Amino acid sequence: MIRVQREDFDIGAEIAALTQGNHQIGGVASFVGLVRDKAGGGAIGAMTLEHYPGMTEKKLAEIETEARRRWTLDASLIIHRYGRLEPGDRIVLVVTASAHREAALASCAFLIDWLKTQAPFWKLEETAEGGKWVEARKGDEAATKRWKTD
Amino acid sequence: MRILYFAWLRGKVGTAEENVTLPPGVGDVAALLGWLRTRGPRFAEALEDLSVVRVAVNQEYVKPSHPIRDGDEIALFPPVTGG
Repeated sequence: MIRVQREDFDIGAEIAALTQGNHQIGGVASFVGLVRDKAGGGAIGAMTLEHYPGMTEKKLAEIETEARRRWTLDASLIIHRYGRLEPGDRIVLVVTASAHREAALASCAFLIDWLKTQAPFWKLEETAEGGKWVEARKGDEAATKRWKTD
Repeated sequence: MRILYFAWLRGKVGTAEENVTLPPGVGDVAALLGWLRTRGPRFAEALEDLSVVRVAVNQEYVKPSHPIRDGDEIALFPPVTGG
């Protein structure tokens, strides 16, 4: 399941709803991304997340389909927020559930790694010198590449 | 043809979206980028370093050789930074 939204989410409620009634699930893995109060050595007051409506949902759905092709999952959820967020705010939630922990943990890591290099989101940080667009990290590309199968 | 610009590319070209009529001979993404650069200093500067420009056609990432035609939705944006 994919959700792109401005509003915050409740991690506990989301996991409870995702797994409710499915007693095949033995393990749930989750990743939560938060806004930090510094970036590149400088302090940031807030950030604004912009995205490409339409393509965002399409890419997230593709990424989720790929995860479910690679691992046997009982449930999966990706929530990504957009708009203005402050330090400590939740940005993204990835949850995967499976009979055993291996599939849940590995697919959760796969989803966040892929999302970071494929989903069309951009962060504009508010710094003392004004707005600054975050540059893509080489480490994110490398993290995605380790999942390549071809 | 509809062209969308995101993040700092939007700021540099000065618009989020525009409708353009392609000149004859512009048949793929590489040619489109080359033509856009000739449309003024804002475009020339925004598209100066293509290693930091990603292109999507109809919401799919494409390579410079990808064909384009009227009716396509083209998007230009920097490498993504979500998550």
